[in-house]
Amino acid sequence: MAERLLFELVSPERLLLSEEVDMVVVPGAEGNFGVLKGHSLLISTLRPGVIDVYEGQVVTDRIFVAGGFAEVTPEGCTVLADEAVAVSDLDAGAVEAELREIEGAAANLRESVARLSGPERDAAQRELVQAERRQAAVVAKLAAARERSAAAH
Amino acid sequence: MASLKDLRLRIRSVKSTQKITAAMKMVAASRLRRAQEQAEAARPYAQRMERMLGSLAGKMAGRAGAPALIAGTGKDDVHLLIVTTSDRGLAGGFNASILRETRRRIRDLQAQGKTVKLLTIGRKGRDSLKRDYGKLIVDSLTEVGRRQLGFADARAIAEKVLAMFEDGQFDVATIIFNRFKSAMTQIVTPQQLIPFAPPKSAEDGDKGGAVYEFEPEEEAILGELLPRNLAVQVYAALLESAASEQGARMTAMDSATRNAGEMINRLTITYNRTRQAVITKELIEIVSGAEAL
Repeated sequence: MAERLLFELVSPERLLLSEEVDMVVVPGAEGNFGVLKGHSLLISTLRPGVIDVYEGQVVTDRIFVAGGFAEVTPEGCTVLADEAVAVSDLDAGAVEAELREIEGAAANLRESVARLSGPERDAAQRELVQAERRQAAVVAKLAAARERSAAAH
Repeated sequence: MASLKDLRLRIRSVKSTQKITAAMKMVAASRLRRAQEQAEAARPYAQRMERMLGSLAGKMAGRAGAPALIAGTGKDDVHLLIVTTSDRGLAGGFNASILRETRRRIRDLQAQGKTVKLLTIGRKGRDSLKRDYGKLIVDSLTEVGRRQLGFADARAIAEKVLAMFEDGQFDVATIIFNRFKSAMTQIVTPQQLIPFAPPKSAEDGDKGGAVYEFEPEEEAILGELLPRNLAVQVYAALLESAASEQGARMTAMDSATRNAGEMINRLTITYNRTRQAVITKELIEIVSGAEAL
C-alpha cells in the first residue's frame, strides 16, 4: 500500500495531528465510514465516537471525538473536532464521574423547564438541549473507555 | 528653587516608577509571545472551517431557505456591537482607539435611525461606555480568559449572542476588536458576524468545479457549522485582541521606561548643580567672613 493519505486532526485551539496514514475510520453522523486515498469529496458531521487510524491492517491510534466535522478530499481527511482525547488516555472512572455530574445537571434543567414559564423556560430549554448533547457525548466516551479496559483485560 | 532633599526624594520616586514600568514591559513581552503562539495555533482550524463553509455556501448560493445566520433577518434595524477591550489599563491607546471607533459607529447608526445595542467584553469598555451609553449595554463580560483564553470562553460568548439572535433581539452583529499587526501597531477592525458573509474565494476557489457530497444534507451541516463558525470567529477576535493588548502595553511601558530615564537624568543634573551652588555659597561665606576679620 504505497498510496497513503494525509490525516489531520484539528481542535479549535490547535492542530493536534497531521500524519500520513493508510486508512482512517471516522464516526460520521450517518454511520462510520472508512477513508482511503482517492476518496471522493465529502463533508460530513460527526457523532461522538472513536476515530480509528490504520497502518496496513493494524489500528495504530484510536482517538475519541465528542463531535465535529470531517472534510474528505482524494488527498486526505481533515477532522475538525470539538474535543479529542486519545482512547488510551481515557479513564473510565473519571468519565463516569463526568457522566454523573452532567446527568445531575440535566435532571435539574428538566425540572426547571417543567416549573418555569415564558422566556426563562425557553432559556432553560435551550440549556437542556445542550446538556443532553453533552450527555450523549459523555455516554459515548464512557463506552469507548470501557471498551478499552475490557480489551486490556 | 527645590531643596536638595526634595530633589533626592523626587529622583528616588521616579526611579521606582521606572522599575515598575520596566517590569511591566517584560511581563507584557512574555505574555505577548504566548498570545501570539496561541493565535498561531488556532489558525489551522479557522482556515479549514472557512474552506468548508466556502464550498457549502457556494452550493447554497441562490437557493431559497438559507439559514438566518447567513441570510439575515431581512432587516437591519437593530445593531449589536460587540466591543472587545481589556480589563486592565496602562496599555497605551489600546482601549481608547477601540472606544473611539465604537462611539463613532454608535453615532453613525443612531443618525441613520437604527437601534444600537452593546455587548462589552472587558472592564475598560464597560466602564467607559456606561457613562454615555449605559442604556444601550445589554450585557457586559469581564475577566474573559483571565488566566488563559480558551475556546470555551469564546463559545460561551457565541452562545449568548446566538440566543439573543434567536430571540430576535437584533438583526446585525458586529464585533469590534484590535487586529494585531505588530507590537507597535494594532488596527481597529470591525467584523460583521451575523449575517455571516461567506468568503468570496470559495466560488472561484482552487477546487474549481469539484462538487462535495454532503452527509447529512447541506442544510443540516450548515445548521451545525454556522453556530460553530460564530464561536471560531469570536475566538479569533479574542486572540487577536489579547495579543494586541499585550503588544500595546509593551510599547507603552517601553516608552514610559525611557521617559523615566530621561527625567532621572534631568533631575540628576539639577541636583548636582544645586549641590555645587550650595558648596560655592558656603565657601564664599567662609572666605568673606575671614576677610572681614
